[in-house]
Amino acid sequence: MTWKQVFTSSVGKKLTMGFTGIFLILFLVIHAGLNACIWANDGGEMFNAGAHFMGSNWVPRILEIGLFAGLLLHIIQGLMLEMSNRSKRATGYAVAYGNGGSKWYSRSMGLLGTIILLFLVLHLSDFWYPNRSSQGFLLGEEINLFTKMQQEFSELWVVIVYVLGCISLGYHLAHGFQSAFRTVGVHNKRYNLMLMTLGYAYSIVIPLAFAMMPVSMYLGWVH
Amino acid sequence: MEHQNINLSLKVWRQKNSNSKGAFETYKVNNISTEMSFLEMFDVMNEELITEGKDPVTFDHDCREGICGACSMYINGKPHGPWEANTTCQLHMRAFKDGETIVVEPWRANAFPVIKDLMVDRSAFDRIIQAGGYISVNTGNAVDGNSMPIEKDKADASFAAAMCIGCGACVAACKNSSAMLFLSAKVSHLALLPQGDPERSTRVINMVAQMDKEGFGACTNTGACEATCPKEISITNIARLNQEYLLASFTADK
Repeated sequence: MTWKQVFTSSVGKKLTMGFTGIFLILFLVIHAGLNACIWANDGGEMFNAGAHFMGSNWVPRILEIGLFAGLLLHIIQGLMLEMSNRSKRATGYAVAYGNGGSKWYSRSMGLLGTIILLFLVLHLSDFWYPNRSSQGFLLGEEINLFTKMQQEFSELWVVIVYVLGCISLGYHLAHGFQSAFRTVGVHNKRYNLMLMTLGYAYSIVIPLAFAMMPVSMYLGWVH
Repeated sequence: MEHQNINLSLKVWRQKNSNSKGAFETYKVNNISTEMSFLEMFDVMNEELITEGKDPVTFDHDCREGICGACSMYINGKPHGPWEANTTCQLHMRAFKDGETIVVEPWRANAFPVIKDLMVDRSAFDRIIQAGGYISVNTGNAVDGNSMPIEKDKADASFAAAMCIGCGACVAACKNSSAMLFLSAKVSHLALLPQGDPERSTRVINMVAQMDKEGFGACTNTGACEATCPKEISITNIARLNQEYLLASFTADK
């Protein structure tokens, strides 16, 4: 069986989703951890030092390429699977099965993922692009990312959009965390309960931490 | 529950053949005993239709005792109707109230084309089994049943997977029309036993390939299949299948 056969089969495509999903889950921990430096309340000194390191050191810059590769794989494969799965039932039901057998968010991973993708475009153009372009390849003066955050999150609508993005992420993770591990083959009873508990806890804690960043900036808790 | 007779409206999918366009038709069925099974209620209705010179509703059925997997009706938005862990033939009319309208549809999936009315072609499942759902044994005298020791937990898990009757409710319930619960039950019950070991890798690879060829969707672990399965096959089997596939594909020679 060739690699092509593996990764073009339905199970193989799901393996791609599962492995990249777990990779992105790990990334979110690092992202949330670094951003939490804003709460040091030192005028953004610690946060800016972290931001400078992530943009100037070659190790995170190389990892960043891996991150974008994983992200793109997850997005493209996810959208393709969603379209393919939707095409498998040409005639739909008159009465839907609904929530009797499954949670709404587990059936809405494509929709939630698309919302997160739209949010991501906004988020990258808000912070990642202006920051990276000033840090090297366009040769400008490095921007103060902490001040930039304060500027962005002084507008209520931006804060609301970010919080909504975090809620979508929470529901995406509530199903995605457990599902990813099932997809890569974890079936043992001893891990099932552990992963379920960990999955729900993760999908609340991480999006909540992210959502609190714009909220605490807007409310002036961070200075 | 006290025995009584009820009157019902049935909204049934009628379709002449796989090429024609179907539509719902509404029928009134009166004086239905609550002790009748759902299929017996259809028998009564069909007798009336025949007497009136009309075409009776075609539906699939065989054993009528919940073990063959032939009956396949999507009743009021759930495969096999409202009861848990139950087949259509074992669904009884006491599940419904007097005057209720019941919507009956065939399984909906491109891989299960409608043959007529409520009967669909499920031969895709047979072809998946043919692709690897078997073991090779030498002919000759039957081997003593206890000659090969098997751990109790594994035997039980294997038996729980082997309970699958291949009715297709999992496909019907899945938003992706995925056959993964069926396939994983078939792969699991052999993978857990020593008899299934020799063809372990080729089995899972070939059966997944056949499933894809038949036009079923991919699994997104929503759990709708498990919730509707008349034999309560666990989605844990799907995770086991994924592991079998991962190991088989990553350890393949070429």
